[in-house]
Amino acid sequence: MQSTSHLFKDNAARALNDAHLQQALTHVRTKFITKRQDAMDALPEFDALRDAARDLKNHVLSRLDEYLVEFEGNVVKNGGRVHWCATPADARKTILDICRTAGAKTVTKGKTMVGEEIGINDHLAANGIEPIETDLGEYIIQLRNEPPSHIIAPSVHVTRDQVEATFRKIHTDLDPNRNLTEPSSLLHEARVKLRGRFLVADVGITGANFLIANTGSTTIVTNEGNGDLTQTLPRIHIVLAGIEKIVPSLQDAGLLLRVLARSATGQEMSAYTTFSTGPRRPGDVDGPDEFHVVLVDNGRSKLLGTEFEEMLRCIRCGACLNHCPIYHNVGGHAYGWVYAGPIGAITTPALIGIEHASPLPEASSLCGRCEQVCPVRIPIPKMLRHWREEAFERRLHGNRARWALKAWAALATRPALYRLAMRVGVGVLGMLGSRRGRFSSLPLAEAWTRHRDLPAPQGRTFMAMYRGKK
Amino acid sequence: MNGTPRKQVGLFVTCLVDLYRPVVGFAAIALIERSGPFTVVVPDAQTCCGQPGYNSGDKESALAIARQVVQAFEGFDHVVVPSGSCAGMIKTHYPELLAGDPAFAARAKALADKTYELTQFLRDVAQWDGVYSEFAQTVTYHDSCSSLRELQVKKQPRELLAKVGGLKFKELPDSEPCCGFGGTFCVKFPDISNRMVEDKVANIEATGADVVLAADMGCLLNIAGKLKRKGSKIEARHVAEVLAGMAQDSAIGEGQ
Repeated sequence: MQSTSHLFKDNAARALNDAHLQQALTHVRTKFITKRQDAMDALPEFDALRDAARDLKNHVLSRLDEYLVEFEGNVVKNGGRVHWCATPADARKTILDICRTAGAKTVTKGKTMVGEEIGINDHLAANGIEPIETDLGEYIIQLRNEPPSHIIAPSVHVTRDQVEATFRKIHTDLDPNRNLTEPSSLLHEARVKLRGRFLVADVGITGANFLIANTGSTTIVTNEGNGDLTQTLPRIHIVLAGIEKIVPSLQDAGLLLRVLARSATGQEMSAYTTFSTGPRRPGDVDGPDEFHVVLVDNGRSKLLGTEFEEMLRCIRCGACLNHCPIYHNVGGHAYGWVYAGPIGAITTPALIGIEHASPLPEASSLCGRCEQVCPVRIPIPKMLRHWREEAFERRLHGNRARWALKAWAALATRPALYRLAMRVGVGVLGMLGSRRGRFSSLPLAEAWTRHRDLPAPQGRTFMAMYRGKK
Repeated sequence: MNGTPRKQVGLFVTCLVDLYRPVVGFAAIALIERSGPFTVVVPDAQTCCGQPGYNSGDKESALAIARQVVQAFEGFDHVVVPSGSCAGMIKTHYPELLAGDPAFAARAKALADKTYELTQFLRDVAQWDGVYSEFAQTVTYHDSCSSLRELQVKKQPRELLAKVGGLKFKELPDSEPCCGFGGTFCVKFPDISNRMVEDKVANIEATGADVVLAADMGCLLNIAGKLKRKGSKIEARHVAEVLAGMAQDSAIGEGQ
């Protein structure tokens, strides 16, 4: 996917003025937050589970190589294959080769963010194979030719009216006078359209929420059952997953499942939790003939052992997006690449380079709500600061801010000079602003006074007054 | 109290209180000294806590300032800061920032352990409930992100305000989101910051309060600036002014 992360400011300005988007985002700002809170309140041990989930993921990351090899051994034992892909290009080629060998014409897809990361849909389409998204939200945005704007709610930026308009525009074989006012009628139409596609698909591609080392199983959670149809009906099932998705055992997957849905949608469990363990065995009533797991690194292993390692704990629940005031106001597309919100602001620089995404870590007030709700306790504000340090060291933000910071520090480390400078500055500002008590415009302060007044100082510094009184 | 040696409390005034609202510094001194056997000292060698550099990637500047603060304040029994974000900087970020510096790591940790946000100190250390000031207005309270999430300070200012004579307290709806200040964030992304403070101010207005209080000058300048731009009559003050009975000055952003 072509990134526009470096244009975050322009993207955000457009988003702030997009009435449809602003209307759609109210859903994120309200419902997701209260539902998660209700789920937490109903489970007294929730915070203890988060600690356990964090510790589990840390353990896995410390022995990632061993668990991945164990996983591969068990996939092979079950009759499947594992493909190790260091880069998006490797993964695209691997998947295309599998599809070509199978003579595939259409591919159904369950939701996969790694699929977005490697741009698999465009690659398949460019090679004459039609990819069909089967998650309702993904289906909607595929028709609209848009990328997902949220990790678990890909079309959260679209209003009901927009969905209806899209369906009428694309589903031209249906009665133009049909009634689509109810969300359920839209759902029904998508279901009818997708049902036929499930049956003819040659290959099904899904993501994975977990890869289970000691059984060689992969796990997906969905609320629509589309993942099950994607992976059991076609002849070939391809699981596409990042290497960090590994857990040692089914029991460990159980722990993460307990925090995943609660953090994401506020559900205790998603409607469907599906484990796939190899291709169809003799006597199985359904299942694919071939089972492939495409493991994607794409920069993840480089984060191991660095200050950014902790971001690999992410289980892609979307809670940080749901609680982020920046995301609430600009939505997901403004972030300009696959992952949006706080986790996107730290992941994108890691995967495509800070030089291509330097505004993202800046676009945060460091309010800390993301870390507060993260089910695996990723210290996102700390990581944002690490990226800011990297951008500062590499001089990615131009010299003006740099010199301002250096000048402030030079003054702040010379207390006597600082006191003098502040006394003079505050005296002038206090005098100018004393009558009204505030400024509605001031040179060099346009970014502040564009939207709010700047309160005037009281006129003397505390330090000067305190010394005067002593 | 007879026989109890008085403890030395270092007041870290913060740059915004020093520059914008000296009355908050005096209110803090009064409150600390009323709350127990404490003598407040204001070291000369204090300027800024280093957040601008720390949050903008300029680690070198942040380190230089952090070392200066450690040196100036490590000798006190307690250090009190009338700001959640500056207290959070010293309490949670200095130990991390200075962890790799053998000459300062242990000292930063020791300073962190005895540093408190003002309302946190008054309740958790001094265990004070002797507030006797009067403030016959309806007030609401804005929790700063740092107080709430770095310091877990939420009940302390409310407990103290409950003792103020004549004061009627209205809880702020949806009180946990950021007000949009975020230090340099508000000038780097003014349009996003504006939407955040618009939401915050709408919630403040919905309480019907006369006054909004907070313990962070950054949030207060942002919120007061937005209220005044909208022509709102709601006043903004630092919580210390009300607790100390020193709310006679014009409110933030009001003329004299």
